Amino acid sequence: MIKAILIFNNHGKPRLIRFYQYFAEDLQQQIIRETFHLVSKRDDNVCNFLEGGSLIGGSDYKLIYRHYATLYFVFCVDSSESELGILDLIQVFVETLDKCFENVCELDLIFHMDKVHYILQEVVMGGMVLETNMNEIVAQVEVQTRMEKSEVKLSRPSG
Amino acid sequence: MSPSVPLQEMIRAIRSARTQCEERGVIQRECAAIRAQFRQADNGGRSHNLAKLLYVHMLGYPAHFGQMECVRMIASPRYSEKRVGYLGAMMLLDEKQDASLLITNSIKNDLAHSNQYVQSLALCTLACMGSAEMCRDLAPEIDRLLRASNSYIKKKAALCAVHIVRKVHELGELFAPAARSLLSEKNHGVLHGAVVLIIELCERNPETLERFRKTVPDLVQIMKGLVLSGYSPEHDVAGISDPFLQVRILRLLRILGRNNEGASDAMNDLLAQVATNTDSTKTVGNAVLYETVLTVLDIKSESGLRVLAVNILGRFLLNNDRNIRYIAMTSLQKIVGTDHNAVQRHRGTIVDCLKDQDASVKRRALELSLALVSASNIRSMMKELLLFLSSCPPELRAHAASGIFNAAERRVTPRRHTNVHVHLARAGGDVRDETVPNLIQLITNASELHCYTVHKLYRALLADISQQSLVQVACWCIGEYGDLLLRGDCQETEPVQVTEDDALDALETVLQSHMSSPATRGFALTATMKLSTRITDNVDRIRSIVSIYGSCIDVELQQRAVEYNALFKKYDHMRYAMKKSTCPTLQPSPAFGGTAPGPSVNTAGGDLLDLLGGLELTPLAPADPVPVYDKGGVTLTLSCEKQSDTGLTVTLTASNATDSDISSFTLQAAVPKVGLPLPPADASLLTMVVLNNPNKVNLKMRVRVSYTRLGSAFQDTVQIDSFPGLDAAGR
Repeated sequence: MIKAILIFNNHGKPRLIRFYQYFAEDLQQQIIRETFHLVSKRDDNVCNFLEGGSLIGGSDYKLIYRHYATLYFVFCVDSSESELGILDLIQVFVETLDKCFENVCELDLIFHMDKVHYILQEVVMGGMVLETNMNEIVAQVEVQTRMEKSEVKLSRPSG
Repeated sequence: MSPSVPLQEMIRAIRSARTQCEERGVIQRECAAIRAQFRQADNGGRSHNLAKLLYVHMLGYPAHFGQMECVRMIASPRYSEKRVGYLGAMMLLDEKQDASLLITNSIKNDLAHSNQYVQSLALCTLACMGSAEMCRDLAPEIDRLLRASNSYIKKKAALCAVHIVRKVHELGELFAPAARSLLSEKNHGVLHGAVVLIIELCERNPETLERFRKTVPDLVQIMKGLVLSGYSPEHDVAGISDPFLQVRILRLLRILGRNNEGASDAMNDLLAQVATNTDSTKTVGNAVLYETVLTVLDIKSESGLRVLAVNILGRFLLNNDRNIRYIAMTSLQKIVGTDHNAVQRHRGTIVDCLKDQDASVKRRALELSLALVSASNIRSMMKELLLFLSSCPPELRAHAASGIFNAAERRVTPRRHTNVHVHLARAGGDVRDETVPNLIQLITNASELHCYTVHKLYRALLADISQQSLVQVACWCIGEYGDLLLRGDCQETEPVQVTEDDALDALETVLQSHMSSPATRGFALTATMKLSTRITDNVDRIRSIVSIYGSCIDVELQQRAVEYNALFKKYDHMRYAMKKSTCPTLQPSPAFGGTAPGPSVNTAGGDLLDLLGGLELTPLAPADPVPVYDKGGVTLTLSCEKQSDTGLTVTLTASNATDSDISSFTLQAAVPKVGLPLPPADASLLTMVVLNNPNKVNLKMRVRVSYTRLGSAFQDTVQIDSFPGLDAAGR
């Protein structure tokens, strides 16, 4: 099970946070700070798995992260998920974002936070991996975006 | 105008704030506006406000006032509002809040909505934060969706069912048949969801596990299709067809094959096929291979397959990619208990990983190395582990020290044990608190190593006085075995001449250093005091050191110093008794005809005057010594003083009237059935012996004298029947 998905930049500012287990708000912020602290210490050529981080759970939990340009994508998972599989899943997620936003960069994540959530919802649901096929995910997201746009058009008075 | 423009404007405003304070101001204004908007009736921009609130929530500001708005939005007929409403519910609500109950009805309605995307929103929300009541309520609906809907909904329903089963275990029974039938689906997303559901059901209920074992042939068929099929553009990831699904199926096979011969046989061929055919040059291939290896090692596989699996892990260990090495060690850790020998073969590579720069790899290597320590490799492993300890990152130090301690305790010779402990003490504050007394206990018991230990610790003390545990043990040893230190010669280390001044300098440095804790200072002061009985020239120096601390601001030190001062002044003659009284344990000497009920003494730093409490403190008036033995130039004189009605102090003085040295001089005394004295001195010229004669029997004593002179050994026995100062009846 995936306990949390965090995206933050090189300075620790959160760009997307998604907890699949309930944490109080101040605890959430503490977890983000602690995770950033742990992950930012890492060199670029070390492995992508981190243990430790007391707040986010017991010894069964690991942090699996990937660093893309200015962003860290961190997944906190337990032993029921394959570590290499999650690493690939992060890659799939980022590629999907890339397709949906056309050469995604940090600003896209900042200004379209809700859209990123909707994309994530097609990949991971309730802390479990839902869909890993990038094309499928992108197709579904596009249908939903069109639906939302058409609804806005309908509600606006014509002319 | 795109739906989220107001959101973007707010984000821009927040980002343009130059300071934290400015940002807070902007956000407070925005939140006030949002709150006002919530209170109004339906306007066109409701979804924007909630989106803004969620953004603010992400930055860490309070957003609880949006909970009711989420409930209202979810109930809206418009898709854009439902969407944001459900997202808000997942972010802001959890089952503990009352508002979450209010959305149960909306979810129920939406699950039956004609639009599949509305259905999927409801399913998603239920899977994220559905409470037990909600789950019970809606389970039949989910079951219906599992059977009769399109694949998009089916896969979401499957994961929703997993959540329901986690919350309400009994409902697993409800979903088992639907899960079984989902295995015949073609859509990979649905298959994946179905496998996840089956894994959850099997892990919860052993009976369900039994039933699902029958599906092993079907699962094998699916896997074969994935592995052997040609290139399928839809599912291909770097040459492997849907690696995620393969990994998931392998995990299910692992659960089904565990402890079951039949199931394990059925999947043997498949696993061998996957293990040999999968391309391991890309990460996805490695993920599948890794999962295969774990499955092989967990089920009752045939030995050929097991060997193949361990070899794959061995290859992983040598891979350049650190991720692969990390997971290889993780899996080796799982099998080190059962396939110990197989893992031992890779010990060299694992120990090399201790030196890796990556902290995660180091941690894995440490765990594995500690598990691999055995009687045959203890020496090299200890060397490597101690080397690791001296350079390891601080967060691993405590764990490494404890691990080494445990490993050493089980298997090591005393000398090596001492070395290990010295290293651990050097690791300093990270080691457990019991290290100091444990180490002292260990040193005491290894009597042949006293000389070696005190030299080693003295040198360690000179090098570094910052590690408190090490300093404490070193001070204790210098105090206890100072004579061995000053003697200089020691077979096991290079000889070094330590003068009394050097030893006292070391102890004084510890006393005066700002790095020493009060406990450490206590150790040093006691050690200095103990040295006063073991050295001859510098007693005055010791006296001055001790008297300085009589006015120390630390109460504990002050008390000690004052007591020691008292010893110097009033009870100077008693000081020598301290030399033997401060032994941690009193061994009963076999030369005596019985056991010694001497005063039991605790370890270093105890209150000294308590030790002497058993003795009478009336000053001794030495009586006239009576010669009892005179032969070959060696004379023995005896004097005794009555301490009390039943107590008697006998003092034997030996002197050497010859012109050559006498070495290895020992006196052994035995008395019949009376309270026995303290153990005899080694090579001292003054022996004080305290006899307790409660029954006032006729006192006799037999003394054996043995010594070496001019290379030849002498031994003689003398019986003493009459004691000066007592009458003939020995009273």
